Amino acid sequence: MSAAMEVQPYVDPRDRGGAAQPMLIARELQRYFRVKGAGKGAVVRAVDGVSFTLFKGETLGVVGESGCGKSTLARLLLHLVVPDSGELVFDGDAVGETGGVNIGDLRRQVQMVFQDSYSSLNPRMPVQDSIAFGPMVNGRSKTEARRIAHEILVKVGLRPDLFGPRYPHELSGGQKQRVNIARALAVGPRMVILDEAVSALDKSVEAQVLNLLRQLKRTLNLTYLFISHDLNVVRYISDRVLVMYLGQVVELGPAAEVFARARHPYTRALLGSRLSMDAGRRIEAPPLVGDPPSPIDPPSGCRFRTRCPHAESVCEARMPTLGHWEDRSSHVAACHMTTPDSGHSLAGSA
Amino acid sequence: MNERAVVAQGAIPADSEVDGAPAIRVRGYWQSVLHRLRYDWVTLAFGVVVLAIVIVAIAAPLIAPFDPYQQSIVGRLKPFGWRGHPWGTDELGRDMMSRLIYGGRISLVMGLAPVLIATVVGGTLGVIGGFAGCLANTAIMRTMDVFYAFPSILLAVAISGAMGGGMINGIISLSLVFTPAMCRVAETATAQVKNLDYIEAARASGAGTLTIIRYHVLGNVLGPVFIYASSLVSVSILLASGLSFLGLGVQPPEPDWGLMLSTLRQSLYVDPLGCALPGIAIFITSICFNLVSDGVRGAMDVRG
Repeated sequence: MSAAMEVQPYVDPRDRGGAAQPMLIARELQRYFRVKGAGKGAVVRAVDGVSFTLFKGETLGVVGESGCGKSTLARLLLHLVVPDSGELVFDGDAVGETGGVNIGDLRRQVQMVFQDSYSSLNPRMPVQDSIAFGPMVNGRSKTEARRIAHEILVKVGLRPDLFGPRYPHELSGGQKQRVNIARALAVGPRMVILDEAVSALDKSVEAQVLNLLRQLKRTLNLTYLFISHDLNVVRYISDRVLVMYLGQVVELGPAAEVFARARHPYTRALLGSRLSMDAGRRIEAPPLVGDPPSPIDPPSGCRFRTRCPHAESVCEARMPTLGHWEDRSSHVAACHMTTPDSGHSLAGSA
Repeated sequence: MNERAVVAQGAIPADSEVDGAPAIRVRGYWQSVLHRLRYDWVTLAFGVVVLAIVIVAIAAPLIAPFDPYQQSIVGRLKPFGWRGHPWGTDELGRDMMSRLIYGGRISLVMGLAPVLIATVVGGTLGVIGGFAGCLANTAIMRTMDVFYAFPSILLAVAISGAMGGGMINGIISLSLVFTPAMCRVAETATAQVKNLDYIEAARASGAGTLTIIRYHVLGNVLGPVFIYASSLVSVSILLASGLSFLGLGVQPPEPDWGLMLSTLRQSLYVDPLGCALPGIAIFITSICFNLVSDGVRGAMDVRG
């Protein structure tokens, strides 16, 4: 076990751009889905102009309400869903374009861990075969793929001889999620997208898996995109946080800063809605009321204005922009209150 | 800060499950199905009968006491036990027992062959349609729906009537009757599996469509397809007998149960017991196949 855990020297032959080159740059990613039966030409704006950078070795947490486009974003990054428009740059190479990195190479370097541990493993396949499948389709022999699967099982804390031959229904939720992580790691990715990877687990198991993820990130030099609706979990694991609302980025910044000094009213509402064990911090009224508006027909201007306590006419007239999101240290919010000359009465105060 | 509670609980070492894991016996899916079947004595008993019918049919030349085609003018419609004929003779003086034994061969072929063909053809089309979605799915499934417009027995009669009698034509027409249903079962199962995360995960690990179908779809479609196919065997035997009865299936003098029923029908008042024998054979065979299929379905139905 200790042999498998040893720290590799940080020189990945696939690292083309060097440490300063972001692992992934997404620019103005957009994906609309056609809706049947909601009128002609009706579309859901699942992801609508999302831009962010993901630096090597960091964990970027993505938070937002259900249906805000988090999962679609994850699938766009892997080209499991093809973006309508926008640009993806992986380690300095444009994704899916001539002269860039092709989808196959991208998928060998970026893997995904899914939320639902019930449907994310083939029920008719022993878990070691599920894990070995990735290496096998990438050209490894069956025995070699099996050997890799066993090595990875050790890395995620499961005894290969005991758990390898089991079927998914013979595993607990936490064990299944470890297998899911192992399956993603089996092809040797550099970046892992964790789509609500711990959301279905109970708290104690969740903590174990989170620590496992941290440890794996260290030993395998991984970069994480961590999608979750659980703010506490995101705060624990993320270096930076991206907040989404109705398919758009509303705030992006270093985790400590976002949690301490949120700039967007939506982020503040989200942070205010966390449950607290502290009696003094109990909240009387919910910080956010109602459901998010329909992504089929989103509000004009700022999409949050229908639920925002500070909404003014300028919010209806113009859509706020995110500003300079490219840097690692920048803390930006798409809100008129953050831009001094936006015309909002509270401009510059937030 | 309260959110740090998560961290505190995280102090449990990540590999704590390594040593504390309970040792359970690992059993494959089909192994566990067999295991459950072992305690289902009803299914086992009928399975033995099915096995006996199959063995008798295969070993017919060794078991049959007489030549099933050997006619006798004087020995027509004789009762049980007449001159060594244990179940008497038919309207042309042929030994009933031998004809029933040989008839089992034809009935089994007519029961299994169309189902097998329909499973392969319909299953393939269904998996393609289910996985491809959109246009291919519409093309395949709407074509199948055309066949659904006719009642199955009517369709079998119509196709056999158009192509003429005979065993091969009978098999073809029954295959055509079963293919749409088989296709639908395979398509539904495939479409269910297709949208699950592990298919997406397989795609994310770089696998092509054919590889995904081979490793991740077929295993999950085979179960429902197998269950449905096993329940079709008895239907196929009945339909084949029906075709023969109408003169559209196996032609005389072949010893087919349906055909025997049809010809002996005229002697119903002379030799009622002899007349009933082919019907009893059809009944026993199809009900045994049905009950075994039911038992296997039950054993396979457990989540896993």
